[in-house]
Amino acid sequence: MMGGTADIELIDKKGKRLDGRKADEMRPVTIEAGVLKRANGSAYLEWGGNKVLAGVFGPREAIPRHSQDATKAIVNFRYNMAPFSVDDRKRPGPDRRSSEIGKVAAEAFANVIVLEQFPRASVDIVVEILEAAAGTRCAAITAASVALADAGIPMKGMVASCAAGKAGGKVVLDLAQKEDNFGEADVPLAMNMTTGEVVLLQMDGDLSPKEFETALDYAMKGCKDIYEIQKKALLTRYQRVIEGEA
Amino acid sequence: MGHDIVLSDIKRDYVHRLAAEGRREDGRGFLEFRNVEVRPGIIGKAEGSAEVLLGSTRVLAGVKMIIGTPYPDTPDKGAMATGVELNPIAAPDFESGPPREKAIELGRVVDRGIRESGLIDMKALCIEPGEKIWMAFIDIDILDFDGNLFDACSLAATAALLDAKVPISQVDETKKDYPLPISEIIPIQTTFAKLGDAIMVDPSLNEEQCMDVRLTVSTDQNGNIRAMQKGGGSGSFSRDEILETCRKARDIQVGLRSLLEGIRA
Repeated sequence: MMGGTADIELIDKKGKRLDGRKADEMRPVTIEAGVLKRANGSAYLEWGGNKVLAGVFGPREAIPRHSQDATKAIVNFRYNMAPFSVDDRKRPGPDRRSSEIGKVAAEAFANVIVLEQFPRASVDIVVEILEAAAGTRCAAITAASVALADAGIPMKGMVASCAAGKAGGKVVLDLAQKEDNFGEADVPLAMNMTTGEVVLLQMDGDLSPKEFETALDYAMKGCKDIYEIQKKALLTRYQRVIEGEA
Repeated sequence: MGHDIVLSDIKRDYVHRLAAEGRREDGRGFLEFRNVEVRPGIIGKAEGSAEVLLGSTRVLAGVKMIIGTPYPDTPDKGAMATGVELNPIAAPDFESGPPREKAIELGRVVDRGIRESGLIDMKALCIEPGEKIWMAFIDIDILDFDGNLFDACSLAATAALLDAKVPISQVDETKKDYPLPISEIIPIQTTFAKLGDAIMVDPSLNEEQCMDVRLTVSTDQNGNIRAMQKGGGSGSFSRDEILETCRKARDIQVGLRSLLEGIRA
């Protein structure tokens, strides 16, 4: 968060946001499951201006050997931004931001994947951000969850993810790029949709307790809407299988 | 090492036997490419971009333009760099980490094909001699690997450059972005795999794993040869095989070239 920059009006007098959305309105989301040949499961997602591809490999023998757990599988989550996905070219390769996102996302999925079924194995999730427009970690987690289901990995629930935050003095759902850059707060969140519990939560910025509660409710409602789109993508995928296409 | 993919002996024998009979696993002729699709301009934040689907192989090239200082030996020329990542999303045996031999060879072959053919007009990318130039970064993301990355990457990079605009408005609001200056010579790369005595274009994943050796030939619209690379194994080519392969490359590039028609920022 860069904090409120006065020269940009994020919310107009009618309460509409820069892209015309209402405070609790999400950007359009589309998901397609089963888009890659070599990955065991995959999904392509577009969310506002974000374009995200997720692939899942495994469960397979965890390497290096010392990373293995004799009692259960481990989850690896690689989050990576393509160099051309952002305004200023991103230097290829891992950085501290992508490592952190990978870690918290892997922990979110460790909550739902039935890891005990696969001792010494790893479930490897690879997410590539092809184009970024704020909210990439939520987009990455949402796509990865569909890819895991597409790969047939046993899960206790789907994980859906969505952010809320504060921009132009108002709590809003799903920050757009300018709201993310010039807004006051960002709260990305992910939920186990079976239990309704939160499996990822981060926050930066400045929110009153009341505002935080609203942001939390917005983000959780957002996850529910995302979950419906995830289910639709999987249904469409298996409709295709039934019809003998894929 | 990592999750190595080993082709079974029975599959290997099968691919070799088919080749000896003049046939291929997917029913193609030896001089037939798989279905190729070029989708330019799909990444809004890139100055130029193109996705190429070659059978199930899928790669995405993006161009970013940055202002920098010229190299001392070319004060009046722009600069370019090509990077290829064997993204672990693309195959079970691709691993994260710094590019290794395979990715470096691939990146360098694609880079040479563009650089040495003069595809980009480097002089036109000079802003102030000795002081300021445009640098073009071509990054290629491998998304799904089903064989023949060389041709998929080179086609994607070329299409992304054709699609690219110089973002001059970012530094001077009074000016309008303009298409990246491109020369009239556009080389097209075709890769051949040799299995036993058989030589086939656009090897599939299994064919690549079985091949003795590979030859990549880049030809321009005048039929001249602009770049070559032998690789992919310890096998060898005879003089006649090399000349024959060059002739085939000249014929085959026509079809691929037509896919680039109409792409211009």
